[in-house]
Amino acid sequence: MFDDFFIRALFAGIGVAFVTGPLGCFVVWRRLSYFGDTLAHSALLGVTIAFSLEFNIALSVFISSSVIALFLIQLQKKTNLPGDALLGLLAHSSLAVGLVAIGFLSFIRFDIMGLLFGDILAVNVNDLLIIWIGGAFILLVLKLIWKPLFASTVNYELAEAEGLNPDRAKAIFTLLMAAIIAISIKMIGLLLITGMLIIPAAFARNISDSPKGMVIFSIIGGLLSVFIGLFSSLNFNTPSGPSIIMAALILFIISLFKIKQSIKLKN
Amino acid sequence: MRTEENILVKLKNAGIKQNDKWLVKGVSLEVEKGKIVTLIGPNGSGKSTTAKIALGIYKEFEGTVEKFTNKIGYVPQKISIDWTLPLRVADFMVLTDDLDKGDINEALALTGVDHLIDKNLGNLSGGEFQRVLLARAISRKPELLVLDEPVQGVDFTGEIALYQLIKKISEKLNCGILLISHDLHTVMSATDHVVCLNGHVCCSGSPIDVAKDKEYKALFGEQASQTLSIYEHKHDHVHSNDGDIKQKN
Repeated sequence: MFDDFFIRALFAGIGVAFVTGPLGCFVVWRRLSYFGDTLAHSALLGVTIAFSLEFNIALSVFISSSVIALFLIQLQKKTNLPGDALLGLLAHSSLAVGLVAIGFLSFIRFDIMGLLFGDILAVNVNDLLIIWIGGAFILLVLKLIWKPLFASTVNYELAEAEGLNPDRAKAIFTLLMAAIIAISIKMIGLLLITGMLIIPAAFARNISDSPKGMVIFSIIGGLLSVFIGLFSSLNFNTPSGPSIIMAALILFIISLFKIKQSIKLKN
Repeated sequence: MRTEENILVKLKNAGIKQNDKWLVKGVSLEVEKGKIVTLIGPNGSGKSTTAKIALGIYKEFEGTVEKFTNKIGYVPQKISIDWTLPLRVADFMVLTDDLDKGDINEALALTGVDHLIDKNLGNLSGGEFQRVLLARAISRKPELLVLDEPVQGVDFTGEIALYQLIKKISEKLNCGILLISHDLHTVMSATDHVVCLNGHVCCSGSPIDVAKDKEYKALFGEQASQTLSIYEHKHDHVHSNDGDIKQKN
């Protein structure tokens, strides 16, 4: 069954959508979209390291993104620069370092476009295993830290005062972000992963009035995007990542007409 | 009964320094089971800061804090909730703890907002939201309640009812309450111990002792002092609706 590249891509996409749905909600709630971008950009460095050391790509990306995240936390403590400036600094410099490193590795053939925008042809059975096992693990951990993470998203001091240890939940969540980027980079590409996190969640926000509802709609939105995106990618011979994100965008636009009157923001 | 095992939280010479300026300094207090300790003081006197030190929200502080319970309910003074989150009252009630429907409804009914359970949190009025905050804090049946101006924005009759509720809860759950309030009138009748802050503890003791204190008078004026004394007698009797005075049972 997994002999066909398209079936493989479809299952990879389904696996990714199940994970980006709930994680994406937290990205939107906690205003982490730039943070996600930064981690994704730094993934290029991880890919380069993986190629040069003949190392597993997903693991290498996970490590490099985690290191960048830790580095960011250190920078936030040590400098007076605003958070978005630090994020931009890290995002673009890690992208640049990654591209320069690729330049040095001229003996390896790189599919840069595939890295940036995803390539369904590149997904093999091994990647599928990583996505499904890694994805299940991410969801399991997210379920375990849901309470403190969600409570501190609503109000940090309440969570801290009532003994939920929000700092630990935040640190674990950062690692989960690095992990989802690592497992979905082949599928969607590093420039578009954040789109897969944010757009289905934004779509879900428009049509849901409870946190759990938003998570469920976010997963549904992600799954629909993967189906529509991959089928159109196959039909029109377009790159898989952008096709999936475009499908998500169309869903979001449709959801704009559906914003429930009762849940519209007061201000 | 003052025994060591009744103490829920104990601050000893606690203080916090920010940019070489003391926000609050040298606070010692303890909250015991079934007792209400009230922090009073002017704006910026360090009441909320003291509460946050006691709660462990601030990690770096001077002095020592000993906490003997993890079952804490907290009503913060300011709460800014991001409305990008779709959050109903029902979701908010289970924010830090899994509770069954009965407990949730009971707590909301106690503060008079059980009809709002399916409403979106962003659509509540200030007073309604404050009642939900209080309901959430008590629904967990905490051993220690920290209430930072819990009735702000609540209408006048509601305010009195909520203070009575707070008193009732402390008796029913036998929980200790650390209360912060500006409202000297209503609070004092129910308070066991008053700590008057003004960057440091300027005086503390039973309401009547504090009312007599010179520093308290200097801070709040003669009239406030009388307010305290008037309310002190409420401990041994209650006023019924027709004006009769009854012994408290």
